[in-house]
Amino acid sequence: MALRLELRPEPSRAMLFVAPMLAIALTVIAGGCLFAALGFSPLPALRTFFVSPLGDLYGISEWLLKATPLAIIAVALALGFRGNVWNIGAEGQLIMGAVASGGVALALYDVSGYWVLPLVLLAGIAGGALYAGIPAFLRIRFHANEILTSLMLNYVAALVLAWLVHGPWRSPEGYNFPESRMFTDSALMPILIEGTRLHVGALLAPVVAFVAWVILSRSFLGFQIKVIGMTPAAGSYAGFGPKRVIAFTLMFGGGMAGLAGAMEVCGPIGQLIPTVSPGYGYTAIIAAFLGRLHPFGILLAALLLALTYMGGDAAQIALGVPLAVTQVFQGMILFFLLACDVLIRYRVRFAARTSLGGAR
Amino acid sequence: MTAPTAAPLPVPRLALRAITKRYPGCLANDGVDLSVMPGECHALLGENGAGKSTLVKIVYGVLQADAGEILWEGERVRIDSPAAARKLGIGMVFQHFSLFESMTVTENVALGTGDPSPLPELGARIAEVSQRYGLVLDPDRRIADLSVGERQRVEIVRCLLQDPRLLIMDEPTSVLTPQEAESLFETLRRLVAEGRSILYISHKLAEIRVLCEAATVLRGGRLAGRCDPRAETAASLARLMIGADFAPPVRAAQEIDRSGAARLAVERLSLAPLVPFATPLSDISFSVRAGEIFGIAGVAGNGQAELLGALSGETLVAVPDAVKIDGEAVGHIGPRRRRERGMGFVPEERLGRGAVPDMSLADNALLSAHRTPGMLKRGLIRFSRTRAFAEKVISTFHVATSGPQAAARSLSGGNLQKFIVGREILQNPRLLIVAQPTWGVDAGAAAAIHRDLIALAEGGAAVLVVSQDLDELFAICDRIAVMCHGRLSEAQAVRSTDVEQIGMLMGGVFHLNEGEA
Repeated sequence: MALRLELRPEPSRAMLFVAPMLAIALTVIAGGCLFAALGFSPLPALRTFFVSPLGDLYGISEWLLKATPLAIIAVALALGFRGNVWNIGAEGQLIMGAVASGGVALALYDVSGYWVLPLVLLAGIAGGALYAGIPAFLRIRFHANEILTSLMLNYVAALVLAWLVHGPWRSPEGYNFPESRMFTDSALMPILIEGTRLHVGALLAPVVAFVAWVILSRSFLGFQIKVIGMTPAAGSYAGFGPKRVIAFTLMFGGGMAGLAGAMEVCGPIGQLIPTVSPGYGYTAIIAAFLGRLHPFGILLAALLLALTYMGGDAAQIALGVPLAVTQVFQGMILFFLLACDVLIRYRVRFAARTSLGGAR
Repeated sequence: MTAPTAAPLPVPRLALRAITKRYPGCLANDGVDLSVMPGECHALLGENGAGKSTLVKIVYGVLQADAGEILWEGERVRIDSPAAARKLGIGMVFQHFSLFESMTVTENVALGTGDPSPLPELGARIAEVSQRYGLVLDPDRRIADLSVGERQRVEIVRCLLQDPRLLIMDEPTSVLTPQEAESLFETLRRLVAEGRSILYISHKLAEIRVLCEAATVLRGGRLAGRCDPRAETAASLARLMIGADFAPPVRAAQEIDRSGAARLAVERLSLAPLVPFATPLSDISFSVRAGEIFGIAGVAGNGQAELLGALSGETLVAVPDAVKIDGEAVGHIGPRRRRERGMGFVPEERLGRGAVPDMSLADNALLSAHRTPGMLKRGLIRFSRTRAFAEKVISTFHVATSGPQAAARSLSGGNLQKFIVGREILQNPRLLIVAQPTWGVDAGAAAAIHRDLIALAEGGAAVLVVSQDLDELFAICDRIAVMCHGRLSEAQAVRSTDVEQIGMLMGGVFHLNEGEA
């Protein structure tokens, strides 16, 4: 028997849904092999990674807390990906959102009022959107590839944040640790469930997904994004301006990443520190593709990827493996997904070999 | 038994026996027989979707037949890849080219033939072959910068370099001037005289009648008949092909009102090349009046694409006055705002410019018709309206499809073209610009499109048709001008010119009958 790939006459719609499932299954299997190779018995290790983190209410609240920024960013990025706008800079935009909102929160340190938090969050959105405006401008004005510019700006953003918390914004009461002051209550996200860190931001994720869905499936702007993404020549024939689509999708992605950053520093972190994100901006890219660039699919994908963060923590504690296991699992998901996506356009055929006598 | 000395029956170079190929939901070839003799130019005729392409793809090893057998010079063969076909001595020039855009002509030939000789040497051979057959080509140019016509020349030369014994040609003349087509026929006749066989696919009945000595006609995947085209008339061939009589539409002589501003006026339009190797436009002037059908002829790659870009608004021009609609300068505004001024536009590439392949017909209706009142409401799409509009296009223009939810890519070329033309016409354009309205479209659909364009002009719209098909331009236009090297000839009234004269203009002889310009 020989395996071969045969082009399907039509891309398979079923495979569009089956491929991510298959990728997840393969990730679990490969993960089990990995644990076995490290000397752990695979099933209990996988249990530690995927199941034990969700064992209690606190675990579930942490899970949702981590899924929130992933979902918000991924949904917004997907809008751009649909339009062939490849914003790889969500991590930097998240950081700049955190910086902008943190700046406002620190400036309003002595002020209290219900309007402080909305202002802080808006500053986060603006910070992320403006930061994404840089690659947008470079692409529109100079045709500079946004993949490179947005990616490189991630490192710039991280350095800006580091400089601020090591220098001008370092807390006067912080024993020279590179941290800002703790934000006051007016600038902090209200907690959703007492005794956990889950805040109202979690409710925003489905809202953002819904808005993105309306834009993508119901609005003329979304139609233009899809046309330009699928067939740029048809977009120019119809007179759809690619500049508007580039600017909108990049800045929407940046704004949502900035919002996610603001909610991190005003939520679980509560101050500016040198590292405000465990790579949510990158992981969101995986979530976007695992969710098939569809807002509701992305909500589910964000939950799964959030679990890999939880699992990494749990495995580190219980099994003593390095925290990098999180990235290993995320990498495997993306890897297997890309491989399984071949099945959307191709099918596997078992062709009988004509040669005789092959012992099996 | 008499005459034992009679020559044995010649063995066909290629014989197909009862070839059957089934696709999901469709029988593309149903027991088709075909035989091509050595030194024969054999026509394969049929409407779009009759199964011609499937059949030749089987011969060329792109597809495998489900049943039936292939005999090559009397021996049963299995052709399971184009490489195997080439090894036997079968060459094919496809209608849709398979060239790598970012590579040069020589590199493409080297890849396509697996020729290991050094590139400069190969380039020299390409230049030699292309010159011998009158197919002008620069071996060092990149495919991306070549026009459709030039790309086809690459395909033809690539085949000829391999010295094939059977050459399959799929609609080869669609991008040539009559004179160039005539010189291609000379080439083909020489190939035939050398003992090579040619399987010639075309729907241009006139050229089949002068070129081919045998014809196989397919209809609906089945063999509809075999004949000697030289003994048939164009009408009898068409009847065999379509299975019914049909009359091509005729444009009656028109009186055009020439007072007032022209619907479309182009004045001294010049355009520098936007990309390397694009044709610069120099000093183009013409005008199209209400009720008039104006044709622009010319071989592909002579600036038509650039001119169409400047007319549609996809390319903006520095001097706004160079393009005027109803006397208003529009050279500086884009396609959407030109549509607001009553312009409709049918581009040459249907799939990939005129329509988004993976979107439904309803969505593709929205692509250009989003200015139609009621389609959008506060930035949201009203899907019931887009669907209704697509349904109206489908029913008014007899588009064969499963419905407005069908993806554009699922339609045949002719049906998609009917849909796109219909989409533009139903927006009631005051000015319609159409590029290659019937390229690759079967006779029935072409006649329908021509009727629609004529009816539109009779309704008072100005129609501009850019086409390489002279028969088409002569059938429907009132005046014809010719593009060559980015310049446009003086317009000729159809009634006072002929194919010969337009053909000369297509070859760049602009001053023959008008003295010094």
